[in-house]
Amino acid sequence: MRNIAIRVEELGKVYRIGQRQRYKTLKETLVHAMAGTFRRLTSIGRLSSLASYQHHNSTKERIWALKGVTFEIEHGEVVGVIGRNGAGKSTLLKILSRITKPTTGYAKTRGRVGSLLEVGTGFHPELTGRENIYLNGAILGMRRGEIRRTFDEIVAFAEIEKFIDTPVKRYSSGMYMRLAFAVAAHLEPEILIVDEVLAVGDAEFQKKCLGKMGNVAQEGRTVLFVSHNMDAIQQLCPRCILLEKGQLIAQGDSAGIIANYLSSYSYRTRPDGWIDVSRLERTGTGEARFVEVQYSSLSRATGFRPYSNGPLEFLLNIESDASRSVGSLAVFLCSQLGTKLINADTVLVGQVIRLRKGSNKVRLRIEKLHLNPGVYRVGLWLADPISSRANSAYDYIESAFEIEVIKLKSEKPSLHPNAFVTCPFDFTEVT
Amino acid sequence: MTIQEQQIGQTLVEPPKKLEDLPDSHETIIRPPRGWVSLELRDLWEYRELMFFFIWRDIKVRYKQTALGATWAIIQPFFTMVVFSIFFGWLARIPSDGVPYPVFAYTALVPWTYFANALAQASNSLVEHERMITKVYFPRLLIPMAPVLAGLVDFVIAFSILIAIMLWYGLVPASTIWTVPLFVLMAAITALSVSLWLAALNVQYRDVRYVVPFLIQFWLFATPIAYPSSLIPEQWRPLYGLNPMAGVVEGFRWALLGQAEAPNALLLVSVLTVVVVLIGGMHYFRRMEETFADVV
Repeated sequence: MRNIAIRVEELGKVYRIGQRQRYKTLKETLVHAMAGTFRRLTSIGRLSSLASYQHHNSTKERIWALKGVTFEIEHGEVVGVIGRNGAGKSTLLKILSRITKPTTGYAKTRGRVGSLLEVGTGFHPELTGRENIYLNGAILGMRRGEIRRTFDEIVAFAEIEKFIDTPVKRYSSGMYMRLAFAVAAHLEPEILIVDEVLAVGDAEFQKKCLGKMGNVAQEGRTVLFVSHNMDAIQQLCPRCILLEKGQLIAQGDSAGIIANYLSSYSYRTRPDGWIDVSRLERTGTGEARFVEVQYSSLSRATGFRPYSNGPLEFLLNIESDASRSVGSLAVFLCSQLGTKLINADTVLVGQVIRLRKGSNKVRLRIEKLHLNPGVYRVGLWLADPISSRANSAYDYIESAFEIEVIKLKSEKPSLHPNAFVTCPFDFTEVT
Repeated sequence: MTIQEQQIGQTLVEPPKKLEDLPDSHETIIRPPRGWVSLELRDLWEYRELMFFFIWRDIKVRYKQTALGATWAIIQPFFTMVVFSIFFGWLARIPSDGVPYPVFAYTALVPWTYFANALAQASNSLVEHERMITKVYFPRLLIPMAPVLAGLVDFVIAFSILIAIMLWYGLVPASTIWTVPLFVLMAAITALSVSLWLAALNVQYRDVRYVVPFLIQFWLFATPIAYPSSLIPEQWRPLYGLNPMAGVVEGFRWALLGQAEAPNALLLVSVLTVVVVLIGGMHYFRRMEETFADVV
């Protein structure tokens, strides 16, 4: 007999745009209510423009954050949820953890549900580490006895023994995060729902958390795990659900789903020709933006395709709405799983690029591409770190396109290096 | 398999129970909200520990953050009493039913201060817990309930001063003092039921934040604190009970100062009012609760 821990059927959630960010003022509501009354009183269409505006409001500004999602998760399964930003991952988790209600469909969970959409929820700066462990544990749904039992473990895990009776407002941000994680990691519900909480914290600690989560999985708990880190997903989750624009478009074996996701994510390209990047998903103010890019190894022999330890040139076509100086223009190369390998950023060499109003061409030359043969993702970044609006990039495309780095034919055939970066090396037997 | 078993053995973690063994209460059905919602009081009971932690935190944080700590519980009603005694008792010569005016005023100010603080904090509580509301599930009712209950600590401190003041004036608490907890309960429920409405409204309309201080100010004068309710014509007095705090304050005076007659009619109206506001508030709150996380 199958043991279903989570069943989701035709689940949907509508948001009115702006509903999430803004609350109304009483005045607005009163004005609307009065306009409504007016409309009813005056059968003459004097206020019909307002009426149609309201109608417009109620129909057009609705988006389905989640639509018709159906799946089942068996007891003891560890399932990853992947998808781009805005694909509905967080909404799904929020519904399953009962934070918000669905608009359509239903979900059923069997077993105590613990959700970790954020670590450190409810931490109070004035309270000590000890007090916050109890408070935060209780908020996350732990019983007092459970917290008492795991207390020492939590403290040891967070490595804050000495500061346990210090108010957390005096903690460094690292200590704070570690404590928050430690409490979260010791949650022991039958069903654990985890959002991208591992995105913060230092690498060493992340590893520790992944290990802890791996244990959780082995203990036979059901886990639903959202992450952008495909490595983590692959490591932890045998099965995956892929969401796109609020709909479940694929589910099954993680390796397959991740490959599917990555291939739909961007596209492989030909060298020495303009690649249109103007319509890609991106963030930024758009005051200056990437329009086209081309890349080439300048070697006719390889068909201009980039090769290991060869040169690589990018030509960037950037459109600007005004003339401006840009302090940070970057092209970065990532592994397919998203690890950044190369970041060629003008800010690193203190160079400032001047852009004219309209179209600009900038050339980037990488002398030697220390990458082993394989497929890599190219990301683009344009920002002015010197300006007052330091945080808002002009344009940022996390994954613009993919390039394939090949091996020169002249080189000896060899095994796949099983690593990203090349370096010259030499072994000598020493007696 | 053996590795897995070993690890489970080592960490001494009980394997989770089979699904069939789990009691029914662990099955949760998540559906779109519709119609009249149930109060789900059982859910509230399940989370009683969290409630305790919220109360504990409210008390702890307040006493840690303020330099005078518990003294505030006394300062507020005490100095209001001094001011009232000077202006209303001494200058305006407002009658006080044969009791020294300071005692008369302070007796009313103790439950009133508790009520006013509880109302103010509970009304803002949901907005203050915005982050928690969007990140974790628990019955939202706990949030306004916690400050109302946490305020009882201050109340107890202020109340002990009240007894001291009475003794100072040579007054011994009446034998009806045992009814005091009932009136405290009524003040707590009044504060809770009104703040259920206000807290839920506050999520949608931030104007509420500015309305609450006004409301409390008006309410203060609509309650027989600075003056006795005997100033109000006999036939209107039950109607006066529509203000539940009038019932609380008069009840308090009756219980402690032992005035001749229990304010029965007034109390009855007050209790009925509170019950209606409470039930309405609970339902309104539950209904709005569905959208808190989306709106806040």
